[in-house]
Order: sequence, then structure tokens, then C-alpha cells
Amino acid sequence: MSEKLLEVKELRTEFKREKSWVTAVNDVSFSINKGEVLGLVGESGCGKSVTSLSIMRLLLDTSGKTTHGEVMFDGKDILKISEKEMRGIRGYKMAMIFQNPMSSLNPCIRVDKQLMEAILLHNKISKQEARQRAFNVLQSVGIPDPENTLRSYPHQLSGGMSQRVMIAMAMSCEPQLLIADEPTTALDVTIQAQILDLMLEIKEKRNTGILLITHDLGVVAEMCSRVIVMYAGRIVEEAPVKDLFANPVHPYTQGLIASVPKLGSNMTSLPSIPGSVPDLSVMPKGCKFAPRCKYAQSICHEKEPELTYVEGSTVQRCRCHLFHSKREEA
Amino acid sequence: MAEMNTPVNHQAEDTLPKPKSKAKEFIKKFLKRKTAVISLVFIIFLAIIAVIGPYITPYDAGTPDYMAILQGPSSAHVWGTDEFGRDVFSRLLAGTRLSLGVALSSVIIGTALGVILGVLAGYYGGLFDSIVMRCCDVLFAFPDILLAIAVVAIIGPGVINVMIAVAVFTVPSFARIMRSATLSVKGSLYVEVARSLGCKDRRILWVHIFPGTIQSMIVNFTMRVGTAILAAASLSFLGFGANVTEPDWGAMLSQSRNYLTTAPHLVLFPGLLIFLTVLAFNLLGDGLRDTLDPKLK
Amino acid sequence: MGRYCIKRLLSAIPLLLVISFLIFMFIHLIPGDPARMVAGMDATEQQVQVVREQLGLDKPILTQYVDYMKGLFTGDLGDSIKNGATVADTIGSRFGATITLTFSSMIWAVIIGIGIGIVSAVKRGSPIDYLVMLIAISGISVPGFWLGLMLIQWFAVGLRLVPTQGLDTLSSYILPSITMGAGIMAILARFTRSSMLESLREDYVRTARAKGLNNFLVIMRHAFRNSLVEVVTVAGLQIGGLLSGSVLTETVFGIPGLGRLLVDSIEFRDYKVIQALLLFFSLEYIIINIIVDLLYGVLNPKIRYD
Repeated sequence: MSEKLLEVKELRTEFKREKSWVTAVNDVSFSINKGEVLGLVGESGCGKSVTSLSIMRLLLDTSGKTTHGEVMFDGKDILKISEKEMRGIRGYKMAMIFQNPMSSLNPCIRVDKQLMEAILLHNKISKQEARQRAFNVLQSVGIPDPENTLRSYPHQLSGGMSQRVMIAMAMSCEPQLLIADEPTTALDVTIQAQILDLMLEIKEKRNTGILLITHDLGVVAEMCSRVIVMYAGRIVEEAPVKDLFANPVHPYTQGLIASVPKLGSNMTSLPSIPGSVPDLSVMPKGCKFAPRCKYAQSICHEKEPELTYVEGSTVQRCRCHLFHSKREEA
Repeated sequence: MAEMNTPVNHQAEDTLPKPKSKAKEFIKKFLKRKTAVISLVFIIFLAIIAVIGPYITPYDAGTPDYMAILQGPSSAHVWGTDEFGRDVFSRLLAGTRLSLGVALSSVIIGTALGVILGVLAGYYGGLFDSIVMRCCDVLFAFPDILLAIAVVAIIGPGVINVMIAVAVFTVPSFARIMRSATLSVKGSLYVEVARSLGCKDRRILWVHIFPGTIQSMIVNFTMRVGTAILAAASLSFLGFGANVTEPDWGAMLSQSRNYLTTAPHLVLFPGLLIFLTVLAFNLLGDGLRDTLDPKLK
Repeated sequence: MGRYCIKRLLSAIPLLLVISFLIFMFIHLIPGDPARMVAGMDATEQQVQVVREQLGLDKPILTQYVDYMKGLFTGDLGDSIKNGATVADTIGSRFGATITLTFSSMIWAVIIGIGIGIVSAVKRGSPIDYLVMLIAISGISVPGFWLGLMLIQWFAVGLRLVPTQGLDTLSSYILPSITMGAGIMAILARFTRSSMLESLREDYVRTARAKGLNNFLVIMRHAFRNSLVEVVTVAGLQIGGLLSGSVLTETVFGIPGLGRLLVDSIEFRDYKVIQALLLFFSLEYIIINIIVDLLYGVLNPKIRYD
């Protein structure tokens, strides 16, 4: 179970903005085991999606590039292999589903062709076999009438159905790693639960490792075994899901958890974190969260903290100057 | 907590760009587009020539010199002479006023009509809208030059008539742009608010809708001047335009094709001038569009 | 789909009737007396009157229109005033030249225009992109007739590679086709580029790349396939524009086609030919529009014909 599937080391990705480069993701290191769901949470613009696109190498050269770090997958650093070799991994050993299923399917091509495209690309089988496989995989993601769906154009499908098709497409070659970038954000709440259940089922059946990117802590609690919290392009906290909810260490994580409504509490208004995510081109010098942190001290504004293990724990890491010294509640 | 946030706020204020006036921002952005700036300089240069051209010609543009017929470019005649020995350079200088004038005035006429029709159609809708738009469809259905030829065929050749013909095919493009712009502005909240506050129709039209459409209008106007120059030159070339004795770029080309083998410079220079002028207007239009509304690209 | 085709074709009939009426009225606004043109400048008023009666020009205008429409449905378009040949023959004999020219220029312009448009969108911001954009904006700005004259000067007069005038050999099509297609090529290149820039940003293009498809397939099968819907519409509309190009190109290259015929007929006040030509151009335009509509439906699955 604890075999490492993907290991990201000190990943740094930069974006071109007009004439200068800005760092969108910096010093991101984590790993995913086989059959594990790792959650990646944070506000929009914190670098979650950029991290996933960097791993898949789907950033366009003109807009962003990974300038530092390693991504070990299948015994290789996939940042260093050729584009051609990478194409053999994408969609085959490592697949991705996206936030907006309706716009992620090509509106001009029938579902069957879109599904068969990846199957035929990575497997040496006939068109009939590929179509049968497309049928089977649609069935396995719980689509009631696969034949009809295969013959449809994407605009004839609902949002939930589209996301099932997207998942089917990603799973069609039975990848070892599935990256799901906000897979349920664009869907209705009831459909969300179905899609999440489907992903868990896939994980159980095929021992797929899943990187689940979301801003929804509820989804994290339900799905993940471990969680990474990102802020302003950095990992600020990493912990098993139970520890994170029971004992959040980083002030940002605490804020995030506090801002989720709880059943039975009599609060009239939810606490929120004041301020907003800093702009990439005007990053604060020290801890990136310091300007919004109610505990911030002078060192926080001057020096960026390292990501280190929390005292007394071998699984929980945090990027904060103050977590080991006992904090007084303000 | 408040004290802690203070230094950070200062920092944020320092790094924020200072608010600038809209015009300054526009000029700054526009100056970055070198091709557009060069085009603008060229157009301004042409405009100056159009005003003073006839007074600075090295030779009289209309006086024949039978001792110097169909000469190639030389130090005496930089761009050569035509079949009557007239200096091509001088005729082009003198012709700038006519060629640019025809194009510009026809586009102005066409724009005025198109804008009025389009805004009214978009704002009032209904039967008037239908009639205006169907007429535009019919006009659009005919290719520009064909339409201009048809108009000239009815009203006869001549400079004024070419102007009218070019104006006619300028109308529908403006009417359509203004109509859709008016429709989109009309639906926006601030016009709803103005109306609910009891603004009169005319005031809403001119104070609220018109400024919202001015950007796309400037861009289209610039591009249309280029098209108009081409169309007017084409009509002149076909023999429907200016009298051949007058110095007009298109008309000069029309005459010169008879001497293509013996005096190619007669074809080269007027055509090159038309080409560069139209190119300048198109590049300026592109640059303005990108500056004013990058989304349109 | 089949039913939709028939429906579209049937709906073109009333449109054509309206257009034919407009053209008819329009022609009668043209100044000049056709009867005098036929009778000759030095004919007496009496001779002119005889000719007028022969041509039926003395009847009320609506009667003339009804007569004209009757002729139209029986295939009798009347006689050319200029040389007495039937209008149908006059147009028929010149039709071939224009249509071959239109198609030969359309084919290269569409292929090259779309091709370089795609390349420049994919290589956005590169020197190739700037070169393509320069070619495209030049193609839009260049006066077609001047381009034709310069081509004749360089390739026919200077290098003697091709004939200067006429359409006698296959190589004589080259220069007129280039002249006629340049503008369309430029328009298509610009349009394809901007459309492709949009398509390439779409989510489904990212999906296609995430599948592991190579760049070529991602660009052609996914991005371009979607741009094609718009590009076909623009290309179709340009065929209508080619007619005006034919007027100038045929003049420059001395080609006996329909465009030249129109200009000659206007000069000669040969109203029957003008009338027939304008009707013919309208018909061609309507047919092209129907074809574009149908193609649009085939290419865009969101459109259903019910």
C-alpha cells in the first residue's frame, strides 16, 4: 500500500507576465502512494492547478514553465524526459480530469470518438475493440445507457453526465495516477456526491493514486487520507486528514477550517480570514501569509519559514515560525 | 492587530500603480505599438501633403511637356514622366488632396448615415429596425465594388458620384456595428438606471449610448477609410471615377496600363502610394483596435 | 436534413422574385435611353420611337416587368442591345472563363490562407507569426488591379514566364488567379488566426493534450475542427466578393468573362445584359449562402434541422 507512486521534489513554476517572470509555485514537495487520495486545498490562485499542470507538463511554453525541481513517476524524472515520451505517459499512466466538464469535451466530436481517441492512441487494438472498451468504461462509471451516450454530442449531455464521461475518458487506459482538478466544483450538490463516490470506487477497485485538487474542505474530509494546504504557491501545511481537522497548526489552515459552517453551532456569522491572496508580482518578503496573519511578528515579515515537522509528529509538517512556541490565543 | 497591519498596508500602497487619466493611459499603450505609430505618422504626413501638395510640386501637375514624354525616373523627374511629359511625382503630390479627400468625405458621409440609422434601429427596434437591417442585408449581399459600380451606373461617373457610391457601401457596416453596440449598451444596467430616473430618450442616446460605442466606431472608421481609398481607386481604374485630366491616383493608374511595357514606372509609383496609404490605415486600425479593446482581437 | 435542404431552396424563390423586381426597377433608373443607343446617335426621333416600340419600352413599367418575368421562366432573356446576340448566349459564352478563374483562385486562397492562419496562431509571437500577419495585412491593403499589373510587368513582360493577356493556355491562369485570390487569402489568414487563437485556449484542447495526443492532432482535430465552423462561413461569403474581384481582374488581364461584360454593358447601357447579370450574381450569391448554411449545420453539431 505504501509504495510511492509519484514524488514531487522542490517544484518551482514560473509565469511570464508582460516582460518579467513571476513565481506561481515554489518549493513544492510531496508524494502520493498507490491507492491513496491526496487532497490539495487552498484558495483560488494559490497554485493548486499550476502544480497539477506542471506535473502533467501541460503548461504552454509561452505562458509558464517549470524551472526547478523533480517529478519522479514510474522510476523516472518526468520533467526531464522528451515530449514524445511524456505523451506516452499522459492519458495512459497518468490522466487528468478538469473543473468544467461541459467545456472540457470537444463540442464538435461525438463522445465515442473522443473516448476511443485515447484508447486507440495508447493500445494496439482494433476500432471495434476500442469501441467495446469505451462502452465498458462508460458502463463502469455508472452511465445508464452507454450506447446512446456514445452516439451523443457533448452538448446533449448534462453536467454530471459530462463529468462521468470525462472520468471514463481518464480511466479508459487504467492509469496509475489520476489528477482531478476541482472535479465537482461545477456540479450540483447531489451530483457532486455521486461523482466523489465514483472516484472512491475507482480507487478501491484499481488501486489508483488520486491527487484531488479542491477548495472544499468537506470534500477533503470525505475523500482524502492526507491533505496538503497551499497558500501563495507554497505548501503551508501537510498532514493526515484526521490530524489536520483535529489539530490544524498553521494559522491559515486554522482560518480555513474555522470558515467552514458546522452543524449545530450557534454562530451568527462565520469567521473569515481578513485580506486577500497577495498578487504574484508583489509577494511579501517574509512569510507569504504574514500580512493576513493575526499572530504575525516581526520575523514573519522578514524571513520565510521552512516546511518542517511539527513537534512530536512524523506525519504533520507546517511552514510557520511560531508553531512550536506555544501560541497565546489573541 | 491593527498596528500589525499598518506597515503592510503602506507597502501595498507603494507598489500599486498610481491612477492615471484614461487618455494618458491610452496614449502610453498606443505608443508601444510601433507599426501603428509609424502608420499614424505616415497618415499625418499625407494629410499635410493633401493641404500643401499642390503648392510644393517641383513641376506643374497639369502642364504637358512634349519634350519629356514617358521618361523613366531621373534626377530631373524623380518618379519619371507620363505620356504627356507631366511629372509623375508632382501629379501624385497634387493628387493626394483629391484621392484622400474623396475617400475621407465618402466615409464621413457613410459613417454619419450608418451611425444614425444603426443607433436608432438598435434603440427603438420594431419595424424601423427590421427595415433598416433588411436594407443593410441587401447592400451587404453585394460585394463592395460591385455595389459601387451599380451606384455609379445609375448616377453616372464623376468624382462626386464615386463619393456617393463609396458612402453607400460604408453605411451598412456602421449601421450593423452601431446597432449591436447600442443593443448591448441598452441592456446594461446604467442605461436602465438612467431610464428609471426619467431620462429623455434623446439624452439617453447621446449621453449614455454614444460614448459606449465610440471605440468600435473609431476602429471601423479607420479601416473603412482604407477600403474607401481602394474602392475609389478601383472605380477610377475602371473609368468610372475622376476625369482623367485631373491628378487622381486611381485615374493615373488607369491611364498608365497602356504603357506597362514601355514605362512601368507609371504603374509602379501611383499603385505603391495607394498600397502604402491603405496599408497605413489598416495598420492604424489594427493598432487602435488592440489598444482600445484587446478583447476584439 | 434532406427536408431542410428543400425548404431552404424553396425559400429562395420568393427572395429571388423580390430581387428580380428590385433589379428591374434599378435598371430603369439608369440614365440614358436604350432605344437611342440601339437606333444610333444620328437616328431621327421617329426611328428611335420605332425601336422603342420594338423593344417594348413604350409600355407601362409594370407590364414590362411582367413580360420580362415571362421571358425569364421560358428561358428567353431577350437580346443584347449591343450586338443582337441573345442575352443567354452572351452570358453563356463568358461564363466559363469567370467560373474557372473564380475556382482556381478560391482553391489556392483557401488552402494557403487557412494554412498560414493556423501556423501563425500556433506560433503566436514568433517571427513566422509577424511575417504571416504582414503578408495578410498587405493582401488586404493592396489594390488588386495594381497587383495584377505589377505581376504582368514582372512575370509576363520581364521574365516572360506566362502570357500577359487572355486565358489561352493553362499557365495564363496563374497570374489572374493570384491577383483574384490575394485578398481572400489575406482575409482568411487573419480570420483563421484569430479564431484559432481562441480555440487553442479552450478547455477541450487541454483535455486533448492531457490524453497524450501529439501537437498536430491537437491542433487539427480539436482546435481547428472547431474554428472550421466559422472559417467556412467567412470563406463562403468571400466567394461573393470574388465577383467584384473578377470585374477588376478581367479588365487587367483582358479576360472575356462576366465581370468585364458587366462593365462593358454599363458603358453601353445594354440594360438587358446588365439585368440578367445582376440577377445571375444574386442567384449565385443565394446559392452559395444556402451551401454555407448547410455546411455550417454539418460542421456544427449543435444545429439541428427539425
